[in-house]
Amino acid sequence: MADEKLHMNIVVAGHVDHGKSTVIGRLLADTHTLPDGKIEGIRELCRRTGKPFEYAFLLDALKDERAQGITIDTARCFFETEKRKYIIIDAPGHIEFLKNMITGASRADAALLVIDAAEGICENSRRHGYMLEMLGITQIAVLVNKIDLVGYDRAVYDGIVRDYTAFLHTIGITPAVFIPVSAMEGDNIASHSARTPWYDGPDVLEELDRFEGGGHEDKKPLRIPVEDVYKFTEGGDDRRIVAGLCESGSLRAGDEVVFYPSGKSARVKTLEEWFMDADPARRPLEFSRGKSCGFTLETQIYVRRGEIACKAGEEAPAVGRTFRASMFWLGKSPLVPGKEYIIKSCTAKTVCRVAKIHSVLDAASLGKTTDAKQANRHDIADCTIICEREIAFDIGASLPATGRFVIVDNYEISGGGIITEILPDEEGMKGSSAAVSPAERAKYLRQKPLTVSVPDEETGRSLERALFEEGRIAYYAPRLSDEQKNALLSAGLIVLTAGDGEIEATGNLAEDVTAVLLASDNALEV
Amino acid sequence: MQYSHLDMLESRSIHILRESYSAFKNLCMLWSIGKDSTVLLCLARKAFYGHVPFPLVHVDTHYKIPEMIEYRDRLAMAWNLDMIYGENREALDQKETFPDGRATRIECCRRLKTEALTHTLAGDWPRYRLNHTTGLYEVDPNREPFTGVIVGVRADEEGSRSKERYFSPRDRAGDWDADDQPPEFWGQYKTDFAPGTHVRIHPLLDWTEVDIWEYIRREGVPVVSLYFNHGDGKRYRSLGCWPCTKPVDSDASTLDEIIEELKSGKFARVAERSGREQDKEDGGGLEELRRGGYM
Repeated sequence: MADEKLHMNIVVAGHVDHGKSTVIGRLLADTHTLPDGKIEGIRELCRRTGKPFEYAFLLDALKDERAQGITIDTARCFFETEKRKYIIIDAPGHIEFLKNMITGASRADAALLVIDAAEGICENSRRHGYMLEMLGITQIAVLVNKIDLVGYDRAVYDGIVRDYTAFLHTIGITPAVFIPVSAMEGDNIASHSARTPWYDGPDVLEELDRFEGGGHEDKKPLRIPVEDVYKFTEGGDDRRIVAGLCESGSLRAGDEVVFYPSGKSARVKTLEEWFMDADPARRPLEFSRGKSCGFTLETQIYVRRGEIACKAGEEAPAVGRTFRASMFWLGKSPLVPGKEYIIKSCTAKTVCRVAKIHSVLDAASLGKTTDAKQANRHDIADCTIICEREIAFDIGASLPATGRFVIVDNYEISGGGIITEILPDEEGMKGSSAAVSPAERAKYLRQKPLTVSVPDEETGRSLERALFEEGRIAYYAPRLSDEQKNALLSAGLIVLTAGDGEIEATGNLAEDVTAVLLASDNALEV
Repeated sequence: MQYSHLDMLESRSIHILRESYSAFKNLCMLWSIGKDSTVLLCLARKAFYGHVPFPLVHVDTHYKIPEMIEYRDRLAMAWNLDMIYGENREALDQKETFPDGRATRIECCRRLKTEALTHTLAGDWPRYRLNHTTGLYEVDPNREPFTGVIVGVRADEEGSRSKERYFSPRDRAGDWDADDQPPEFWGQYKTDFAPGTHVRIHPLLDWTEVDIWEYIRREGVPVVSLYFNHGDGKRYRSLGCWPCTKPVDSDASTLDEIIEELKSGKFARVAERSGREQDKEDGGGLEELRRGGYM
């Protein structure tokens, strides 16, 4: 494509009133992104109303104009350097909007964290620093702003650098770059300021251009969480395509892939991508990080959503039900041990419980409570989590995308966590009340329970017989309530029914038997 | 492998489409026939390898430019789309519309679009489904409500849309609480919801108008010819109902010329919806409509 400059998302975070809007306004002004005469207009308005000029007014003015139909976006501003295009995400500094800050910041590749030189490190300076770290944003430049208000005093700057570096150390972050700036006066934003001769580091624009963009070569092991296996038969299409987003590593045809937690493996037959023009020159040779991809396998194995495709010979993920995690809580009701929650880790989704809260941290004050009974909104909890089903995962510090999860409480995403330690599952068994676990039952019956929708009675009866002869316990019951169906499934049966099934029988007996066997095979390999 | 900006946008949108397909049993996609939702339709074909495994829903105000309806049905037949349309029959019969002089533009939008859409999604007004054998629309016996609705809005279109999430819940009345939205991070979306509510899904949220046109050029997405100048120095930049949508003055008659015009030419600093009269009628009108379910 012609002139496709790379894009980078930058989030501007920090405590309320420490000058985030001013920094953004100044960046727009100094990169000549603003319409002609805009700044002069605001200066004139300020002169007339007797207010001191502020770049933040510029953003407000753009917002008003936008409402009247001009295209500049204030929730997301755009500007451009020689090197690339930047999209700025403005993160609200108020604690009430922490979930909005997290939503915005999680889309960023790098962050500018603004601290007021005069006011010093405040509650949300620390909280935002902590959240950026948890969200996986490792490229952070700390702007010590309003340096003009302290008379460009190096001692004040050094004090903030010392204290904030110490804070970053306590939460395990490599000290970031610090830049003394005055967004109002333009010091060290787009050029080096003569008023801070004691500072010889980069200005803000230089630092932004130094950040690394996404999409560079990825040496990490392959991780493609399976979103689905597609088989669209329309038009005679008989491909079974495993689809998912490549979170790390790369994949080519001929690679041997292993799916976890099942541990099944097969060789990749084709990489699949659809183009409207069906141009063979566009056929992919490799999929790598960031690509929503799909591939077919040489041998038919039954894999499903929730597994992670990995490459044989590369580092494998952990498989288990129990792990320790560091978690931020956003829920309206507190996080409490013992309660059932839904956990989503990549495409895996299961029920989980918090077995123990080891400690709770107030990210603003860094106050730690070790005997907490619960974690409240905005707290960070170190806890042990036990899942009902086995999932595949990594340690967050080595592979972030597959080493984290969210917790759903009462239909809402209420927390996010980073997996810090794999724990043996025995610990997880404690407190489990089921006399016979679903896994044990499946192993005994040599089948995994599932539902098969059958088109008519004849198909149902003959499929039931054929599966019986294969040693499987299937039961044909065309009309079932959800309750009845769940009871049969809990008992470990393969249920043939008229309703919605995980598999749709076609009426071709041999094909249907194979499909059911593939689908209920898991238990044999436990 | 170095992916481009368009590759990354495409990949995120496909991920959202696939997550929707996995999470929602009663899923549909709104197709306004405009360029954005047509790009979305092509992204769905890409996500599902040439197939579109859910119905497309079009709200027919019966004031659309006729060429748009012809184009809709032509593509629906050619691409084997499960095509459904809905309408506000009562308002049309009673002539309670702006062109009939019996409603303001905003009231007209509310009746012919918002109300028609709400009831079509809920299934309590008739849905008309394309029969691919006859090429005609028939009343659809399926009246189950759609719980996941994929919509092609972009954050940069106008103010209220920049507040949207990829997965945006609507309550029983179809209302949107813009001030209290769910958090969204790490590719995890709100796919769990209470009975009676539904979720709007926005795979194009991060795309800009220029991105859309560059993607149309790169992928060969067919768009209605109304977007191009055919010699009279006029073209449509945004499509809607004919009484409320005006063409803009433009000589752009090719994709290259349209992209040039947006990037550095006469439209570089003019809003896309400047030809849409309902936006101007009252300040904040669109946000009001959107809270009530407007696209």
